[in-house]
Amino acid sequence: MMGMSGPNSDLVNFSDFIRANVKLYELMNNGATLTTDAQANFVRGTLATALRKGPYQVNLLLGGFDVADKKAGLYYMDYMASMHPVNFGVQGYASNFCLSIFDRDWKEGLTQEEGVKIVEKCINELQTRFLVAQPNFIIKVVDEKGVRTLSFGEDPADV
Amino acid sequence: MARRYDSSTTTFSPEGRLHQVEYAIEAINNAGTCVGILASDGIIMASERRVNSPLLAPAKVSEKTYKISGHVTTCVAGLTADANILIEEARLSAGRYFHKYQCPMPVEQLVEHVCNYKQAYTQYGGLRPFGVAFLFGGWDSEYGFQLYQSDPSGNYSGWKATCIGANNQAGKSLLKNEYNKDEEGLPNLETALKLAVKVLNKTMDAAATSGDKFELYSMKLDKATGLCVHHILTKEEAQKVLDAVAAESASAGDE
Repeated sequence: MMGMSGPNSDLVNFSDFIRANVKLYELMNNGATLTTDAQANFVRGTLATALRKGPYQVNLLLGGFDVADKKAGLYYMDYMASMHPVNFGVQGYASNFCLSIFDRDWKEGLTQEEGVKIVEKCINELQTRFLVAQPNFIIKVVDEKGVRTLSFGEDPADV
Repeated sequence: MARRYDSSTTTFSPEGRLHQVEYAIEAINNAGTCVGILASDGIIMASERRVNSPLLAPAKVSEKTYKISGHVTTCVAGLTADANILIEEARLSAGRYFHKYQCPMPVEQLVEHVCNYKQAYTQYGGLRPFGVAFLFGGWDSEYGFQLYQSDPSGNYSGWKATCIGANNQAGKSLLKNEYNKDEEGLPNLETALKLAVKVLNKTMDAAATSGDKFELYSMKLDKATGLCVHHILTKEEAQKVLDAVAAESASAGDE
C-alpha cells in the first residue's frame, strides 16, 4: 500500500506503473509475491533510474505485511529516490506537526487500535493547528488480511 | 531420411523431432558425470574430475562446479566453452534481480531464465544449441533447497536426485533403487554424500581410489546468518567419504 503526494499527473502515472509491474511479476512467476522490502526497493529503483532522465515528482510512504514472516514493514521514500525503513512516517507539511506526536507516542509492539488512536491524534492536531488543513482524511490499514479502509471520512460536498 | 532434417536447428523432422537438439544432448554423454542429490539439510553435487593429461595444470577452483550467486551453484556437463557463456548469463541474471529487488532471486526463476536463453538457440537465428547440461542447486526462502536439471533444449525439471553426463542412465537407475529407499522425508547430507560417491563409482570406468578423481560439493544453510555455505570437500575430507563408502559396500557384501 502506498500513500503518495505530488502533482496528480506523476502520482497516477507512477502508481499505475508500480501496480502493473507488481501484478506482472505475480503473473509471470506462478503467483509468487514480492516481499514488502523487494517492492520498496523496486519502487526506489524506478525513482532512481528516472531521476536523471525525467524524475517522478512523487513522495511516498510504502507499507506492507508479509504473510510468510508475519512482519509488517513501512518505508519512507521521496522524489529523489532516497529510501529508509521507518517505524512511522509523514510526507508533506504535516510532518512539522505530526512527527513530534509520533516521536512521543510510538513504541515497539503497538496494537492496531493504539496505532489508529495515534493517527487520529495527528489528524486532530492538523485540524487545530495547520492553516490549510483539509477537512477529510482516509484511514487505511494493511495486515495479514490485506488492505482495507477503516475510515473514509465525510465528503465536504455533502456537508 | 533424418539426414535431410537434421542440419538446421529450426526445422522439425517429419517425426516431429529436432535433431540438432538431440545431437547436442548426445554430445553431453561424453562429458564427465555429475550427480546431484537433495538432502533435508542441503544439497550435494558430486562430479567426476577427468584429467586427460598429466601435463594439465590443476584447475584453480573447479572445472565442474560454479557459484552463480550466494544462494545458487551449478554443476556442468558438456562443452566447457558453451558452459562459460551460460554461467555468465546466469550470474548476470541473478545479479540484475538482486540489484532490482535487493533480495536473492528465487531459484526456479533463475533456472527458467537460463533455460529460456538456451531455448532461443533451438528456434531462432540458425545457430547451434549449447552443448551443456546443468545441475542447479539452490536455496530460497519460499521453497528451501531445490535441485534442477536443464539440458540443451531449454527444458528443466526439479529433482530429488539425478545424474548428467557419461553413463547417466546407470547413475539414474542406481539412484532410483537407493535414494531414500527405507525412509520418510529426505536423507541427510552425510547419507546423500555417500550415495553420490557410490553413484560416481558406478558411472566411472574404474572405481576411484583417491579423492582427487572426484569433486564433492555441498551446500548448507547457516541458520544464524541465513546465508548459504558452499563447500568443496578437501582431498582429506573426500578420502574419508570414499573410505566410508568402501567399508559399507564391503560389509554389505556388494561387489
